[in-house]
Amino acid sequence: MIAYNTLIVLLGTGLLGATSGLVGTFAVLRRRALTGDALAHAALPGLCVAFLVVGERSLPALLLGAFISGVLGVSVLAALARWTRIKEDAALGIVLSVFFGAGMVLSRIIQNQATGGSKAGLDSYILGKTAGMLAQDVYLVGGVGLGCLLLIALLYKELRLVAFDPAFARGGGWPVLLLDLLLMALMAVIVVVGLPAVGVVLMAALLILPPVTARLWTERLSPMLLLSAALGLAVGVIGTLLSAHFSKMPAGPIIVLVGTTFFLTSLLVAPRRGILARAIARGRFRRKLASQSFLRAALALAGDDNDPVALPLLQRQVRGPIRATAQRLARQGLLEVVDDEHYRLTEQGREQAVQATRQQRLWQFYLQEYPDVASASVDLDTETLALRVPAALLAELEAKLDAVSTSLAPAVHRLSAQGGVTVAQETHA
Amino acid sequence: MTDWQLAFWTILAGALCNVSCALLGSYLVLRRLSLLGDAISHAVLPGIVLAFLLRGRIEPLSLFLGALVFGVLTAFLAQTLQTFGRVNEDASLGVVFTSLFAVGVLLLTGFVKVDLDVNCVFAGVLDTVALDTGRVGGIEVPRVLLTLVPALVLTLLFVLLFWKELKIVSFDPALATALGINATLLHYLLMALVAAVTVASFEAVGSILVVAMLIVPAATAHLLTDRLGWMLVLAALLGVLCAVFGYEGSRLLNTSAAGMMAVTAGGFFALAVFLAPRHGVVSKLLHRLALSARIAREDVLAALYRREEKEGSAELSGSSCLRLAGRDLTGLLGFLSLRWKGLIESGTQGYQLTPAGRGAAQLLVRAHRLWEAYLGEHFELPLDHLHEPAERLEHFLDPALQDQLAAELHQPVHDPHGRDIPPPPPGRK
Repeated sequence: MIAYNTLIVLLGTGLLGATSGLVGTFAVLRRRALTGDALAHAALPGLCVAFLVVGERSLPALLLGAFISGVLGVSVLAALARWTRIKEDAALGIVLSVFFGAGMVLSRIIQNQATGGSKAGLDSYILGKTAGMLAQDVYLVGGVGLGCLLLIALLYKELRLVAFDPAFARGGGWPVLLLDLLLMALMAVIVVVGLPAVGVVLMAALLILPPVTARLWTERLSPMLLLSAALGLAVGVIGTLLSAHFSKMPAGPIIVLVGTTFFLTSLLVAPRRGILARAIARGRFRRKLASQSFLRAALALAGDDNDPVALPLLQRQVRGPIRATAQRLARQGLLEVVDDEHYRLTEQGREQAVQATRQQRLWQFYLQEYPDVASASVDLDTETLALRVPAALLAELEAKLDAVSTSLAPAVHRLSAQGGVTVAQETHA
Repeated sequence: MTDWQLAFWTILAGALCNVSCALLGSYLVLRRLSLLGDAISHAVLPGIVLAFLLRGRIEPLSLFLGALVFGVLTAFLAQTLQTFGRVNEDASLGVVFTSLFAVGVLLLTGFVKVDLDVNCVFAGVLDTVALDTGRVGGIEVPRVLLTLVPALVLTLLFVLLFWKELKIVSFDPALATALGINATLLHYLLMALVAAVTVASFEAVGSILVVAMLIVPAATAHLLTDRLGWMLVLAALLGVLCAVFGYEGSRLLNTSAAGMMAVTAGGFFALAVFLAPRHGVVSKLLHRLALSARIAREDVLAALYRREEKEGSAELSGSSCLRLAGRDLTGLLGFLSLRWKGLIESGTQGYQLTPAGRGAAQLLVRAHRLWEAYLGEHFELPLDHLHEPAERLEHFLDPALQDQLAAELHQPVHDPHGRDIPPPPPGRK
């Protein structure tokens, strides 16, 4: 049975995580990941001013103050990058540190003024006090989350366009500046709401970690949004549970480290962008290159009588470990073993060797005929030429190749009478 | 300790810290690495705490080492995430520094029993550093000087020893590599120094304000000058000024000295944004205004000249002059400046050219028609496409360029429309 207080905190951090995951996705795609950090720092002076003006801890006033100074900070950031020679990174640092400095000045003034125990609490501003969350905080976070969800749903198409191709969006007449401002405002709202719970540095992490993790798993926006929100939720809930278990630890850092753990795990095992997956793909590609170079070299040496070829003779033409490649090709039934040093191409192996040679010659032809375009794709896999060039061009290259060499297999792509291209036979066994 | 002594030592400590930060920060700003500085200043926290835990007490040298290790680690991890994880630069920095910071906070709250206050790490205790003194050579000096002075010496040595290399790397990393300068090594050296200076300054100004002192004076200096040497000198000078004014301001308002320094730096930066001689917003605005007014003025002159050419003499009413100049502020300015400069005078029905005005107008129309002739000759544009570009360019062809064009075209007397190209007015060359 979970205590009521824990339940409140769980709900609060979970909702906060989900919301920041949602909005952070657009920030990360827009390469504005650190804007959240600047916002969180820039909110401090507004918080203090609100406190000085209202004179007591009134939540709406404090939130409004923080929101206004946060938005002011990001506007200064945008203006500096737009109208002066200050670059975006320096502008971010300037806004972040100067606003924070102003906040410190103000908060000390408040502390000096305070007669009783009512401090603005710089301490909880930096680290957050997750355990101090109340039911009203949860309603607030929930309301903000719902609002963000609605806005994103309404402006999904526009936000997507701006996230992936702002130049095109501007050219198409979309109000990019307005959409950017909206995004910043959404971030500002979340940061302001989340600050009391997780603190200033760690709020930035909540906006960055879930989207960056989600980005590793998918290439599409809507799954990324869902995943990022779900990750944010999970990070908040798990972090809170862990910190409840180790009662001495503050929840903010634990939540962040749970997020970091998710990120590192994903970095390792994600299907396409993960380090393991990429290492496997690279290994596969290397083996393929080795096989193809082996087959080509073997075919050239074997001649028409299909003599067995000696490995040492192939040494210089084969990329990668030659013996392992030979054994692999033998297992695939493309080579037959004569003895330890000698291998002979099988019927099937010969066929593939002819194709590999043909593909390589096509590439060479392409490079010769169109050096300006072709050089951009020189070190790509030889088999992908068919995917890289238009079908008509491929047919033209094949025709030229057939005209100069007759020893290889005939063209597979022919120009038909209508000008279309037909594939004569399926070659990739 | 007297008030005067307190002020002296506090300002000295602040100035020492600010100068080291400003020197290193100049390179960060130029190389667009400001955010790395920000990240490092947060991410050294676990290094400091670990050093403290291992040695059991605060010991400057081990704190330095801990910070160095984590500073370089931050730069390295962020780079690695970018290359191996294919995460954007800003997002990878965000992930690294928030995670390391979270680790630091957990270590701090979980294992450190003594009062190593988080607040103090963030905000610094500049106000009281002067009170914690030790004896060096018989003189009583604040203890922080023992770390700040070596940090400044180290920074100065680094800048002077690697002056040439740092300069090339900052402005043209590719050239640096081609010249055989190890840019990577220099990069990590710089990062290590940033970490060292950060930790040396922690006690005095706190981590956020290290960021302020790293970036803000350097960015201000960058607005004021285009030369690296001057930029460093100005940045250092600004650092000292920030220390003086920041301290005095903090006494006045009875508030945090470090915060006041950041605010002062922000104030200097804001002044530079508006008033910098070449890159300031005001000077840019004035330049534009002057240019618009000149173009408006010259348009009126040329119109008067053309009418004179056609009808023998010409007068234009004030309202048609204004219409030609464009009905806006710059048009009005341009028109008024015609009179101030004595280029037009009142005639019987309106305004007519003075001899000086005629000379200026002749030069302008000459520029216009020469350019038309050049376009017609070399770009084979149709006749109706010549006027538009010439109308734009006439304002920027000085007499020397005009002579060059005339020589290139073998001293033409007519433009492609058949109108006379006026000779350069007498008395001008």
